[in-house]
Amino acid sequence: MTDLDTLERDLLAQVAAAADEAALDAVRVSALGKKGSVSDLLKTLGAMTPEARKTRGPLINGLRDRVQGALADRKAALAEAALEERLASERVDVTLPVREAPEARGRIHPISQVIDEITAIFADMGFSVAEGPDIETDELNFTALNFPPGHPAREMHDTFFLAPDREGKRKVLRTHTSPVQIRTMRAKAPPIRVIIPGRTYRHDSDQTHTPMFHQVEGLVIDTAANIANLKWVLEEFCRAFFEVDAVKMRFRPSFFPFTEPSAEVDIQCSRKGGEIRFGEGTDWLEILGCGMVHPNVLRNCGLDPDAVQGFAFGVGLDRIAMLKYGMPDLRPFFEADVRWLDHYGFRPLDVPSLVGGLTS
Amino acid sequence: MKFTLSWLKDHLDTEASLDAIAEALTRIGLEVEGIADKAAALAPYVVARVLTAEQHPNADRLRVCTVDAGDGRPVQVVCGAPNARAGMTSVFAPPGTYVPGKGITLSVGTIRGVESHGMLCSGAELGIGEDHDGILDLGADAPVGVPYARHAGLDDPVIEINLTPNRPDCTSVRGIARDLAAAGLGVLKRETLPPVRGEGACPVTVALAFEPADRGLCPLFALRLVRGVRNGPSPAWMQARLRAIGLRPINALVDITNYVTFDRGRPLHVFDAAKVHGALTVRRAREGETLLALDGRTHALTDDTVVIADANGPESIAGIMGGQASGCDETTTDVLIESALWDPANIAASGRRLGIITDARYRFERGVDPAFTLPGLDLATRLVLDLCGGTPSQATIAGEVPDSERIVDFPWTEVRRLAGIDLPRIEMKVTLEALGFHVAGTGDRVKVLTPSWRPDIEGKADLVEEIVRIAGLDRIEAKPLPRPAGVGRPLLTPMQKRTRTAKRALAARGLMEAVTWSFIPQADAELFGGGGGDLRLANPIAADLSDMRPSLVPGLLRAAQRNADRGYPDAALFEVGQCFGNDQPEGQSTRAAGVRRGSATLGGAGRHWDGGIEAVDAFDAKADALALLASLGVPTGGLQVTAGGPAWLHPGRSGTLRFGPKTEVGWFGAVHPRTMQALDLKGSLVAFEIVLDALPLPKHRPTKAKPALALSEFQPLSRDFAFVVPRDVAAGDIVKAAQGAERKLVTGVEVFDLYEGPGVPEGAKSVAVAVRLQPVERTLTDAEIEAVSARIVAEVSRRTGATLRM
Repeated sequence: MTDLDTLERDLLAQVAAAADEAALDAVRVSALGKKGSVSDLLKTLGAMTPEARKTRGPLINGLRDRVQGALADRKAALAEAALEERLASERVDVTLPVREAPEARGRIHPISQVIDEITAIFADMGFSVAEGPDIETDELNFTALNFPPGHPAREMHDTFFLAPDREGKRKVLRTHTSPVQIRTMRAKAPPIRVIIPGRTYRHDSDQTHTPMFHQVEGLVIDTAANIANLKWVLEEFCRAFFEVDAVKMRFRPSFFPFTEPSAEVDIQCSRKGGEIRFGEGTDWLEILGCGMVHPNVLRNCGLDPDAVQGFAFGVGLDRIAMLKYGMPDLRPFFEADVRWLDHYGFRPLDVPSLVGGLTS
Repeated sequence: MKFTLSWLKDHLDTEASLDAIAEALTRIGLEVEGIADKAAALAPYVVARVLTAEQHPNADRLRVCTVDAGDGRPVQVVCGAPNARAGMTSVFAPPGTYVPGKGITLSVGTIRGVESHGMLCSGAELGIGEDHDGILDLGADAPVGVPYARHAGLDDPVIEINLTPNRPDCTSVRGIARDLAAAGLGVLKRETLPPVRGEGACPVTVALAFEPADRGLCPLFALRLVRGVRNGPSPAWMQARLRAIGLRPINALVDITNYVTFDRGRPLHVFDAAKVHGALTVRRAREGETLLALDGRTHALTDDTVVIADANGPESIAGIMGGQASGCDETTTDVLIESALWDPANIAASGRRLGIITDARYRFERGVDPAFTLPGLDLATRLVLDLCGGTPSQATIAGEVPDSERIVDFPWTEVRRLAGIDLPRIEMKVTLEALGFHVAGTGDRVKVLTPSWRPDIEGKADLVEEIVRIAGLDRIEAKPLPRPAGVGRPLLTPMQKRTRTAKRALAARGLMEAVTWSFIPQADAELFGGGGGDLRLANPIAADLSDMRPSLVPGLLRAAQRNADRGYPDAALFEVGQCFGNDQPEGQSTRAAGVRRGSATLGGAGRHWDGGIEAVDAFDAKADALALLASLGVPTGGLQVTAGGPAWLHPGRSGTLRFGPKTEVGWFGAVHPRTMQALDLKGSLVAFEIVLDALPLPKHRPTKAKPALALSEFQPLSRDFAFVVPRDVAAGDIVKAAQGAERKLVTGVEVFDLYEGPGVPEGAKSVAVAVRLQPVERTLTDAEIEAVSARIVAEVSRRTGATLRM
């Protein structure tokens, strides 16, 4: 064994024994530093004869390379071990729960959702959305809609009144969204296609009635719209809204002061197992009222009933929300119980559209 | 409106089944509300004879009977009725029968060791009477084996229709029969009502005492005396019909008036002539007059109400209800029969004011057939003569039959124009004539004369309705409403889009959308800046739903507290809806508001392993408000936040959002302790409210292209400054001053630390801000950066009195 062999074995042992980077660096300095053992040997090469250099050179260089290699390997191994240790220490319990996202907690009220659904459907048929105030004049809520003062037809509506004003006139809380028909026809010349969703009020409170509720009204005025078109619009609406392939509807003659002829519309359904399904079954369920706009109403809006014509319909929004989504009772709609809102409400980004479907 | 099938058949010659009639009624607009068919409900019950009735061997109060139900096979029945005896006839129910009065279904049973094969029944058990004394005793000659319902005249189904207020003609059985006949369900029976020939003039005269302008209150009043009547119970058939429709038989004279009311829609009144003093005057009531009416109540009258008065004062409220003093009873021998016409609006108003609902009022306020006033009097007279005897006088008539017929110029094409259906002209004509219209002319346009009993028919559209409702609306085929050509245009207004976006944006922040009442308690309204008299309901449904809300917040606060009371303390609720500043349309605003209670922060509520419970504070509400504005795309460049808000918010923990000094768009903060106390709220509650209509609308731009993006190629840099200021200096003012110091370079100022305590003088605070500088033209030199920093410090010091913290 030569002195080179001994040195090499000794250095490699020191490299292997180095427990950390500092120890390893000390070994490097002792071998390859300015005054290191290997560096010293390399310095001797300059003074050698060419023959001696020929034999000693490769031996010393080989020693240097192997020590360098061992140092690099050891360094990598130490780094790897350090990373392993760090990773082990950084472990977390990923089964711990995170906070529920606000998007998961928030809810849209069924009334808003259903208004968005209805708006999407009617927008496709060219209807825009009209609105009006909740506090109305007697003229717009009744008289202009062909409810003469004192007529028993007014008693079909249990009306909320405000205190009389200086002239003794009493404003009312609109009992239906129909006054917006008048506002629309007085503001805009035909053709008119609008839906009118909104809050309405009647002095009535029991299991199926609340003093405040919601309606959506439709109005079409042009020179040709007739009952046949009305039937089509309502059938298309119900089919799209209830998301069934077909619905069967029944039109019964009825009476509303502001339409003539007037009809109430039933929709065929099944109630098997307490669940209402449309597009099947043998039961009839009353769902809306409609008719051709009364000539007196057209005249009250400055329109000539022989020149223009059209139809109107009105649906209880809360009611069709209940029918579609299965709420058994109307009163909780207005109680803001977070359990009810959580259950019957809709996720914030479930925006109804025809292209994506009303419901997901 | 109720009637029985047999009553209908008095007027309608028909073979149609009850089901077919019911279906037709609904189809033509006389919606069937219900059918009570006792014959069907009582089908198993038959008349039976008790052959033997022996004492039960094991029970003192029971008898063992053999009963013949007509099938020749007597059965054994154990009966507990004290009146069960051999030879009587009663009502027998075999095993399997449902007994409505007891709510059970019979089975063969053994009672105290003796088998019983059915039951002998009392009226109460059949659900047709109150008697509990024993089984029905039908008399010796009752036909054994015949269904009891038929024997007792209970086999007349009662039909109830939901009558719309435009059809006074169908407040009569005859009117309904006419509609059914027009719909092809049979033939309306012809009738001839020969006038009654009275003997002598009516001794009681009538004066219509009205101002000329009031003539319409009573266009016609007819009166006839019948002397020598015997008033007692009306005949069984009449009583049965009246009972079937829910009326209580009184005596023959009164029953006749009720009968004609329903049979013909012609209300009448009868006075006991002996109790009428002097002549009758029809006039407005005088203030202070009262009348003890047939409902047993004394009504205070006003001059809005029309009365029939004699020398003693009012005897009857016109068209609504008679008085007790002049009413007919069993002692009546001379009767005055009144048939009159009244003004519908006046009757409706009087009835409403007096709170009296009668069958007469119901008809008069809808419009009674004026042409039938006198025939109605004759019909009633004839019934009185038939049922009570007596001698009629001639009628005395004041006023005259008003002309109620209208002529409608009717082009047949109107049906196609409005209803979208082509019907054969002959069918349309037949329908109108069957309903009592006269059609004159043969061409495309005809003159249609309306019948006197149809005040609802005004014009062409009404005739179209008559034609299509009888034809059947189901014959109209749906036809597409033409769609607008091309791709649909946007249809929502900016405000409508804003309202929709607001809801989704707030829900996405974990708030749940509530819909709360538009009316709130007066005290709440006052606390939130409302409560003015012009927004108070005259007739609230409940005392705490009295005032139109000035703000969405009180309803949401109360809702949050209700949830807390139910065990859900961390409610986060919002509402987007209408609020009311006055009773004009412009006074109504659309707002978005939210409340957070307990620990319902954006991050989540309640305890969590990653941190403790954090109560909501004013900044949660501020964050919601600003997030809403950002989601709505409101340009917030001019937005200012100033300290303080409405009185219902904590004055030191609230802020107002505004664009300029006068344009307040909303507010946020912690709820004022006094508000909490007044509304009985507990816990941490914060709220915000944004007036959506007050927000500036996006400017309309001719192109959708966004402004060019100018990016700097030089590195931005950030410098930190800690300013010491008096505690009441607003951080916002420091930020604004720093921004204003070097507008070209400063692109952002963030407050990253707030400190009070050792090292900072008493009454002062340290506000640390990071100022971001964005060089535009070249990289800044150290000297330039130093100069900018100095300008920032100088500007903040000048504006806020700050010193740089060393």
